[in-house]
Amino acid sequence: MNKIIEAKFIGPNVKLFKVEAPRIAQKRKAGQFIMLRVHDKGERIPLTIADSDANEGWIEIIAQGVGKTTKLLNMLEAGDYIHDLVGPLGKASHIENFGTAVSIGGGVGTAIAYPIAKALKESGNHVISIIGGRSKEFVILEDEISKFSDEVYPTTDDGSYGYHGFVTDKLKELIDSGKKIDFVLAIGPIPMMEAISKLTKPYGIHTVVSLNSIMVDGTGMCGGCRAIVDGKTVFVCVDGPEFDAHKVDFKVLKNRNNTYIPEEKESLHDFECHMDRAYNELVKHEIN
Amino acid sequence: MSNYPAVEKLPNKDRMKIGRHQIPEQDPNIRRANFKEVNLGYTIQMAQEEAQRCLMCANPPCVQGCPVHVQIPTFIEQIREGNIAEAAKILKTDNALPAVCGRVCPQEEQCEMVCVLAKKFKPVAIGNLERFAADWERENIGIQVPEIKTKTSKKVAIIGGGPAGLSCAGDLIQMGHDVTVYEALHEIGGVLVYGIPEFRLPKSIVKAEVEALQSAGVKFEKNFVVGLTATLDELMEDYDATFLGVGAGLPYFMNIPGEEYNGVYSANEYLTRVNLMKAYEFGQNDTPLVEIKDKVVAVIGGGNTAMDGVRTSLRMGAKRGLIIYRRSESEMPARKEEIHHAKQEGVEFMFLTSPIEYIGDEKGKLVAMKVQKMELGEPDASGRRKPVAIPGAIEEIPIDVAVVAIGNGSNPIITRATPEIKTNKWGNILVDKDTMKTSKKGVFAGGDIVTGGATVILAMGAGRTAAKYINEYLSNPDFVWEW
Repeated sequence: MNKIIEAKFIGPNVKLFKVEAPRIAQKRKAGQFIMLRVHDKGERIPLTIADSDANEGWIEIIAQGVGKTTKLLNMLEAGDYIHDLVGPLGKASHIENFGTAVSIGGGVGTAIAYPIAKALKESGNHVISIIGGRSKEFVILEDEISKFSDEVYPTTDDGSYGYHGFVTDKLKELIDSGKKIDFVLAIGPIPMMEAISKLTKPYGIHTVVSLNSIMVDGTGMCGGCRAIVDGKTVFVCVDGPEFDAHKVDFKVLKNRNNTYIPEEKESLHDFECHMDRAYNELVKHEIN
Repeated sequence: MSNYPAVEKLPNKDRMKIGRHQIPEQDPNIRRANFKEVNLGYTIQMAQEEAQRCLMCANPPCVQGCPVHVQIPTFIEQIREGNIAEAAKILKTDNALPAVCGRVCPQEEQCEMVCVLAKKFKPVAIGNLERFAADWERENIGIQVPEIKTKTSKKVAIIGGGPAGLSCAGDLIQMGHDVTVYEALHEIGGVLVYGIPEFRLPKSIVKAEVEALQSAGVKFEKNFVVGLTATLDELMEDYDATFLGVGAGLPYFMNIPGEEYNGVYSANEYLTRVNLMKAYEFGQNDTPLVEIKDKVVAVIGGGNTAMDGVRTSLRMGAKRGLIIYRRSESEMPARKEEIHHAKQEGVEFMFLTSPIEYIGDEKGKLVAMKVQKMELGEPDASGRRKPVAIPGAIEEIPIDVAVVAIGNGSNPIITRATPEIKTNKWGNILVDKDTMKTSKKGVFAGGDIVTGGATVILAMGAGRTAAKYINEYLSNPDFVWEW
């Protein structure tokens, strides 16, 4: 069990956790993830490590409460425990000095883009960050990302903050302005990553996306996370999670991520009808 | 001290007249709808009568037939004597997981195959007796932990909490070493907990045998992926030797069109969702499986894993459970008992049939499978007749779920992080067959990561061999590490 040191909401339904995990904190590199369970009958879900401190022995994870597991997770507070936590999993991001690198985060995807943007900056890139959200409150981690970016452009779909439009619109504007862009990292909802990929392909800009497949073990054993990249089957957990965006079959990714929609709805409905019971189970576990 | 009155020893010719005792089973029509264990186990009377059948050979071939060399006639004699606690104790000197092995070992290919009685009659039911003694101990007096000799000051790390690692740990702890098992998942047992279904091996039994190792002093670190959470080299700074028993890993697919459709599973994923994550109790447990109730499930493959997959499907409420196998029944690698049980439960077998394409709907959901009918040709490298496609014999079968159970490749995590460990072209770790030592000093390996997908008992045998030579390596300063 791993103790939560700090827990705070940083957006609607989006919560940041600082968790004690000394070994993981020592080993993790940008782009890697952990798998966790919130209680002993819980699902294993993957979450990217947003930040860490090897000296203090903690890692940071950010979760958006959308299904039962993430909603349960977001009920945890500082002092509570995460039942199981394993990592760091997956390959680390390939980081080099590309020149000018654009890091794009859509919604909670910004939490995944953040550590990679930081690593890009630390290896000497000129980092441009685009942080998108539906409206102002969905734009997260702006202060943190600003520390490691040379330029930051928040965007909102409704124009309530920053640039009025999608992250793709902002990227297009940058490309059209004649700025030389050597590398694009895009992390967010699948339609967003697909749109960025379509946009950069004709310009031949090397573009990387991080895939959020459904996983069970996260160590290559089950193959549930398989995706099609360059016409071949890959296992996102051991071959990824980052891949060349121009080679990813986004339709397959979208379909596979929809596999359990009926079950997820059932689980969420049951959870929302018996929230007290679920919460009690969670709390009971922390005391034991 | 006996637990039961002894059954008087009969002369050999009378013993040979006793027929082999069938193990009582749940009725097939009932059990196909529940996850309770299929085999129910012997009563004490059955066990003692079965024990009476053993001829107590002076030079018992069964012991040689057993990969971990259990003292078979010796423990069987104790059952006949009514000394069940003693029988269990004898078992455990050679086998860290007797209740598991009594259930899942392919005895018919090992100890029972070479039983002297098998030449003219049916062999002694060694597996059933092993199970009986181990179950009796656990249920009546609790698993007794063997006394540990003098402690050494040596520390051994076991990577992987499956059958190979557990048997290795069980031996090393008895040799007095300090043993820690590192496991990637949140539960100990490896394939025993994620792969083999509850109806064949109840998880409570695995848990009890693991707890017995724990009370013997074995330490367990769960949620720890060696190669990622820490590298092998980092671990080795704290240990005098390590054993890699990380299992097979990456499931194979056939690389045919449509394998990405929703509803196509690897057997590993399908079974892990049901067994480890308990998707059969979805509602109380959070991990889902696609709807199986009233659906058609096709399992591709002819091994034990395929049988586990198809029988699991029936228990999840499938309307039809199909086995799709490219060779014929006689080439099936699954245990006869498993095939027999599957047939009793209503599994449909389609032999000489091989999938060539999956068909999905517009949402990417599997709806059908195209299969190629085969015929048997000349023998191939495995000595089995090779299936050859019959030109034009292609059929389409409507199915809802496909489970691909055609084996596993090797997991790359450790060898990627420790490239000096030599592997073959499939990524399996190369070892010296006699000692299980790898090309890296202080590192031994065994089980599926060495052999590719095999059986629980072979992995346990490898774990024991490794334990023996780890002990040798730790105690003999002249141990030669040549490669």
